[in-house]
Amino acid sequence: MIAEAGHYALVLALALALIQSTVPLLGARWGDPALMNVARSAALAQLLFVGVSFALLTTLYIVSDFSVVNVFENSHSMKPLIYKITGVWGNHEGSMLLWVSILALFGGLVAAFGNNLPLSLRAHVLAVQGWIASAFYLFILITSNPFLRIANPPIEGRDLNPVLQDIGLAVHPPMLYLGYVGFSISFSFAVAALIEGRIDAAWARWVRPWTLVAWIFLTLGIAMGSYWAYYELGWGGWWFWDPVENASLMPWLAGTALLHSAVVMEKRNALKVWTILLSILAFSLSLLGTFLVRSGVLTSVHAFATDPARGVFILLILCLFIGGSFLLYAWRASSLKQGGLFAPISREGALVLNNLFLTTACATVFVGTLYPLALEVLTGDKISVGAPFFNLTFGPLFVPLMVAMPFGPLLAWKRGDLAGASQRLMAAGIVALIAIAVLWAWTRGGATLAPLAIGLAIFVIAGALTDLVERTALFRAPLATAMARARGLPRATWGTAFAHAGIGVALIGIVCETTWNSEYIGSMKPNDVATVAGYQLKLDGVTQRQGPNFREGVAQFTVTLDGELLQVMKPSKRNFTTRGSSTTEAALLTRGASQLYVSLGDTNADGAIAVRIYHKPMVLFIWWGPVLMAFGGLLSLSDRRLRVGAPKPAKKPDKAPAMQPAE
Amino acid sequence: MHKLIASLFVAVMMAGYPAAHAVQPDEIMPDPAKEARARDLSRELRCMVCQNQSIDDSDAPLARDLRLLVRERIATGDSDSQVIDFLVARYGEFVLLKPRFSPHTLLLWLLPPLALIGGGVALWFYSRRRTDAGAETDPALLRLTVEEEASLERLLATEAPDKKA
Repeated sequence: MIAEAGHYALVLALALALIQSTVPLLGARWGDPALMNVARSAALAQLLFVGVSFALLTTLYIVSDFSVVNVFENSHSMKPLIYKITGVWGNHEGSMLLWVSILALFGGLVAAFGNNLPLSLRAHVLAVQGWIASAFYLFILITSNPFLRIANPPIEGRDLNPVLQDIGLAVHPPMLYLGYVGFSISFSFAVAALIEGRIDAAWARWVRPWTLVAWIFLTLGIAMGSYWAYYELGWGGWWFWDPVENASLMPWLAGTALLHSAVVMEKRNALKVWTILLSILAFSLSLLGTFLVRSGVLTSVHAFATDPARGVFILLILCLFIGGSFLLYAWRASSLKQGGLFAPISREGALVLNNLFLTTACATVFVGTLYPLALEVLTGDKISVGAPFFNLTFGPLFVPLMVAMPFGPLLAWKRGDLAGASQRLMAAGIVALIAIAVLWAWTRGGATLAPLAIGLAIFVIAGALTDLVERTALFRAPLATAMARARGLPRATWGTAFAHAGIGVALIGIVCETTWNSEYIGSMKPNDVATVAGYQLKLDGVTQRQGPNFREGVAQFTVTLDGELLQVMKPSKRNFTTRGSSTTEAALLTRGASQLYVSLGDTNADGAIAVRIYHKPMVLFIWWGPVLMAFGGLLSLSDRRLRVGAPKPAKKPDKAPAMQPAE
Repeated sequence: MHKLIASLFVAVMMAGYPAAHAVQPDEIMPDPAKEARARDLSRELRCMVCQNQSIDDSDAPLARDLRLLVRERIATGDSDSQVIDFLVARYGEFVLLKPRFSPHTLLLWLLPPLALIGGGVALWFYSRRRTDAGAETDPALLRLTVEEEASLERLLATEAPDKKA
């Protein structure tokens, strides 16, 4: 009964989405406010029904109803409750349901908080959201229904892939989806603007916070996935340039570019057409990512060809929305007026440069990810494009970008003073040079690029601080004045500083981890001692333990540094009986930002166990960087002018009439 | 992460993954310099049965065979490029994670620099055109009109008390 109710709720959500995609458009065409307002109630009701559907699927997982195919294939009655819940989106059907739920959530948010949007703009935006939602509801209902029943229900489920039975799964996919799908809002705004043929600063003021929200979640989602892989997969890698990762990186790059161009649009009313294009691009890349991971085209072009139902459906959605929006763009973009002149050396110019590099980086990832697929389809030649390619092409693009980064915020709008900005960055430059010199002397004979890269990172961080110092007049004015100025600074300025510094922090982590990583790979017997980067790890022994749905062998290592006992580390290897597969649970010992990482391999016949121990200096910086960036985004989001909303103070009084009590 | 997310997304198609531990203790060469070369080479080579994984990362049996093969060639005195050539001759270019620069990978290698240069050139022309267009109005941009001066005065006068509020 629960499954049927969930299925039915999903069908109703589709019906509501169809209403939402059509009626408001007619309303906007005829100038009928009542019809335009249908968008709002339809979006909220759609959110309610898809929410119910999602809650019902979760219920099926919690009660382990194995008469439902999806639950049978991905759950197990002995699984801990948390993994029963997260298992809902640990599979294709469930994760698509999560996707549309989040889409409905964003639509609902626009509906609920969009009161100060012009009525026709809101109607158009929600209608476009309705189109996307309808397409994906159809996709789920036709090809990926999570509520299908089995004729003869089995007693026990097949369990979830053990690698996914981790707290990372609870958080990573929802975060990533909040990011992916969040870009649908800027997409809908862009398409709405193209349909209306009108775009102004208020539009940018609306799009920016939504883009920022999506970007914050995507940043955290990517970082989180990277950390999850790092500790779960057992060999300490954190980024692999895999197509699936690239699928999330591309929207991030486009979204980052969009955030910056939206600033120009909001402040200076320039780059309108470009901002629209980036809005379309960011969400198109999200859709592309969904297509890449959902269609199975990545595993093999042939796998896609043999079971094409899902893939072809998403490909159709992809072509429809990307093609359609680009056609609309080509047709209508010229009708949008350009505004705001600026000199090449100016804040706008710097942001354009940022966009040039970010979109090129995005194009690089794009071609690297899709080229092998395209080549195979066209010529049958099989090539691989992996980490070495991206390190060679993507990496260098970030060097000029990061060199230019501190200059941007120091340049004035319209016409900047490069010499003045350089002068103000002198201190940051000197700090960076000192850091390079010290590192060079310290690691003499070692890697030559690493000190330079760290110098660049420090320049970025110091440059971000320089902006704050300049604006608060710290060191020039009395401390009290500087503090008062610091409080008076817009939060967005703080946000910029944090986000930019975050890039530098992440770069330090990346360089240190890749350059000065030490490792030990060997077979150890009890009481053997391994020495890695000065740490001594003694294997005390291996014990067997029974978990809820697995058995694990836990090794115990005593870690000492210079004869001083630090901690006991307990890496383990888990065997999941139902799926007959195993996972390594690495043990981590954190010292400052560095980590000692121990993971277990197989046990030999003679009782020795394969052990890998890594010392990863400054490795946590890799994830602290994105966290800082997301925090910067959050600060920027809390900026007064975004909270206040569109600049229409005169309209406020007549906003509160008796429309509200209905809720 | 690829393995992880891949399994998350494609879980339906694939059975569970064994945990990965790549290079095994018994594979390691006695000479650390040669072992380091083997590791560096391994990162450039693809495990052909895996999804975009280098043989250094993969624990598939094929990856192990390839790792041993690389070490065997290094032990017999092959240079790095000889090892690569040997593997390409045997398994095709698919084994390279960094494709060679050749006619059929031209676009792959040239697109990033072309996008950057093309974008830069387009921007340069665009900004030239815009400044040319703006040149006539330039003095007007620089100097304020009498009305603007007056409204600026008014704004500045009201600014101070406004900020305190």
